[in-house]
Amino acid sequence: MSHDDVLNPKHMPHDPEKATLEGKNKFVGFWMFLGGETVLFASLFGTYLALSGSTSGDNTPENLFGLELVFIMTMLLLTSSLTSVYAMYHMKNHDFKKMQLWLGVTVLLGLGFLGCEIYEFYHYIHEYGFTFRSSAFGSGFYTLVGFHGGHVLFGLFWITSLMIRNQKRGLNLYNAPKFYISSLYWHFIDVVWVFIFTVVYLLGKVG
Amino acid sequence: MSERTENVSRHKLNVRKDENKEEMVQQVITFALMILFTLIAFSMVILDISSYFIKPILLLLAGVQVAFQLFYFMHMKNKGHFMPTVIMFGGMTIALATIITFTTIIWW
Amino acid sequence: MSNAIVQQRGIGAMIWDYITTVDHKKIAHLYLVAGGLFFLIGGLEALIIRIQLMQPDSNFISAGLYNEMITMHGTTMIFLAAMPLIFALMNAVVPLQIGARDVAFPFLNSLGFWLFLFGGLLLNVSWFTGGAPDAGWTNYAPLSSTSPGHGVDYYVMGLQIAGAGTLIGGINFLVTIINMRAPGMTYMRMPLFTWTTFITSVLILFAFPALTVGLFLMMFDRMFGSAFFDVTAGGNAIIWEHLFWIFGHPEVYILILPVFGAFSDIFSTFSKKRLFGYSAMVFATVLIGFLGFMVWAHHMFTVGLGPIANSIFAVSTMAIAVPTGIKIFNWLFTMWGGSIKLSVAMLWALGFIPTFTIGGMTGVMLGSAAADYQYHDTYFVVAHFHYVIVGGTVFGLFAAMHYWWPKMFGKVLNEKLGHLGFWPFFIGFHLTFFIQHFLGLMGMPRRYWTYFEGQGLATGNLISTIGAFLMAIGTLVFLYNVVYTAIKEPKASADPWDGRTLEWSLPSAPPFYNFKQTPLVRGLDPLWIEKMEGRKGITPAEPLGDIHMPNGSILPFLMSMGLFIAGFGFIYQVDNKLWFIAVAVGMGLFFASMFTRSFKDDLGYHIHKEDLIEKGDGKE
Repeated sequence: MSHDDVLNPKHMPHDPEKATLEGKNKFVGFWMFLGGETVLFASLFGTYLALSGSTSGDNTPENLFGLELVFIMTMLLLTSSLTSVYAMYHMKNHDFKKMQLWLGVTVLLGLGFLGCEIYEFYHYIHEYGFTFRSSAFGSGFYTLVGFHGGHVLFGLFWITSLMIRNQKRGLNLYNAPKFYISSLYWHFIDVVWVFIFTVVYLLGKVG
Repeated sequence: MSERTENVSRHKLNVRKDENKEEMVQQVITFALMILFTLIAFSMVILDISSYFIKPILLLLAGVQVAFQLFYFMHMKNKGHFMPTVIMFGGMTIALATIITFTTIIWW
Repeated sequence: MSNAIVQQRGIGAMIWDYITTVDHKKIAHLYLVAGGLFFLIGGLEALIIRIQLMQPDSNFISAGLYNEMITMHGTTMIFLAAMPLIFALMNAVVPLQIGARDVAFPFLNSLGFWLFLFGGLLLNVSWFTGGAPDAGWTNYAPLSSTSPGHGVDYYVMGLQIAGAGTLIGGINFLVTIINMRAPGMTYMRMPLFTWTTFITSVLILFAFPALTVGLFLMMFDRMFGSAFFDVTAGGNAIIWEHLFWIFGHPEVYILILPVFGAFSDIFSTFSKKRLFGYSAMVFATVLIGFLGFMVWAHHMFTVGLGPIANSIFAVSTMAIAVPTGIKIFNWLFTMWGGSIKLSVAMLWALGFIPTFTIGGMTGVMLGSAAADYQYHDTYFVVAHFHYVIVGGTVFGLFAAMHYWWPKMFGKVLNEKLGHLGFWPFFIGFHLTFFIQHFLGLMGMPRRYWTYFEGQGLATGNLISTIGAFLMAIGTLVFLYNVVYTAIKEPKASADPWDGRTLEWSLPSAPPFYNFKQTPLVRGLDPLWIEKMEGRKGITPAEPLGDIHMPNGSILPFLMSMGLFIAGFGFIYQVDNKLWFIAVAVGMGLFFASMFTRSFKDDLGYHIHKEDLIEKGDGKE
């Protein structure tokens, strides 16, 4: 009984991501990790909320934030969540090529999001002189949104690496859990973003 | 492997594909609702609806969206997600306590 | 790839074996040795503190060095001694108790250890590079954010790295316990030590992210000019206090819950009785875990959060006394009517009960917010937390080490020397800390470098210092015992204590694959059930077959070393931007190792059935 036979069965099971013990462990372990991430982001949100009033000069949330860009970013990330769902749908149907295709779309949408975010930060720094160091509000804002952006960046590297690594060999029980948890991660990034656009941008605009 | 079992498994695969499709339809509906909620949230702010309720409504919309993500996109509603659910709700409890703390007892 | 072959290959091969190991039993050894070393360093710092305070107007060490001593004593003992020693026990015992061949993530298990070790080393390097952290183990801002030199930077980077390791370890144990239990090992049949490990891991999972964020904010403030704790730029120092204690209070339960579990196993084994009120014990553990998150602001009563917040946190604090009381009574009832054997492990457990009860009682006193204004920052607090951490955690570690030593190293620690070590430590402990309650009530503040003649504090402090030396003697006797046992004692049998749980069905020390056949668990105390039915071993749940094992890997070591190097870069880039090269090199090593791990498939290997039969019961 070699690994190849175990990991490449003639008939893929219904949930390839949870068919092996390693897969089950990855699945549960990653959910645990997301539970911890929830507290991590809550701490960052709490810090931001405590400091969002500590502005300097005219650089208040109301003056700074432009909702058009945030709306575009939200649409990009929400859509990427759906495309990632599509990828997992094809994984469950054992259609590797379509899965890769949709993961590719997800990565592109994520890149678009990240580009917008970089533009946004650049814009704040150069047009408004609003930086990480200019006020406690600035520190809190860039840390919270930057942590999220860092998560997006990591997710892009992760999914791209998985796609490249498995391009030739296709889906098996060894890499299915990896694809699955990377998609969980991607959804979690979206969960955090929903709170960021609501709490930071929309509530910031409302004042 | 005989031909018959081959057929049976192919049949099973088709049944599974139908199930998957059904779930996919649910998820597209979920997505449409999420987009709708986002539109409502943004337009409430852009149209400057100044009401006593705007903040709680925005937070409620965000909460529902997150529930959609967790339960549909991340499959938390499905079987075999008991422990993830427990841990996520645990994490959210601590998260809530943290947020309440940082908005109430922090010295202003 | 068995132990014996590797050992014959000499010391170099053995070191390589330990650096690359993913075997939970060897990682337990690593945790034990590293944690033990840090325990000795922390103990040495404690002795220096006590010598300084032995007499009034003392000048044994300078005030600045004294601040470094108290900071490093607290930080070392909590993060680098107590936690790793607990992880040593968890690694050694939990997989065996649930009938698993390994942990869920052997690679991450090893990564967790190396991150902890390199974090601890980074922290202690500060002694040689111009001063250790000196803002207290709580590292309150703005004292810490404005502390000159690089001491606090070492605290931030060291704890960040070590904390990441702990978080990884916690997730590993959670998944191990959720997914890897043997057939029949339902949640309500798990031994108490496994249960408390489970709840502790949940606490780690939810508590450490808050510390991570706090440390990041501190790092950004000190190294990159942000304004989180800088009041002049609109920052808020209370943010640190909250984040620290949102982590810090669960942390003390992380320290105490596992030893509660160990005591439960010890009491029932040496009383030859089933644990009294098993389900109540489980319930109490869960409740303590939950309440542990709802009480952190009782460390901050004097901050000025207002009467409502103080009242809420006072009530929730006192509520914790209820589940803890349930546990104390259940241990007493377990012993009631049992046939008690006074082994060394049992002796430490017996010493723990009155000691911890005193600590719990002073805890309730401190929990009443109004009275806390008097006790706050006095030696009363110092006495209280040493009663629970030493009287609870350290006593528990000693008890558990005596109990599980044969499972970890294959030999029973000498009982006579064990008794001989217990008494000086026990008497010394009470001598050191009981008097400190009164010193505190007399007004002696904690963390002060010295006190004056004629304040009435001299006698108490002298007694306290004498006690500290007695504790040191007790520790030395234990160390001597370890060496003596290794040389003189015979190999232990599989079941030296007439145990009740699965780990005692395996040879001491167990083979590297633990169970040749996965055991079938038929109830609480599975081994005891088999014994009562006259069987020799545990009923297997599967026929003999191939066993899948993970490959060892050097990558965890390299990843941790990468972060260690990057840590130096972050600390010193403030002085010279060239240090960013170190950041790049370190992070490069880290990510390259990570990349290697994900691109190179690691499928593990199989031990074949035929080899298992040849080896008999795995003893070789």
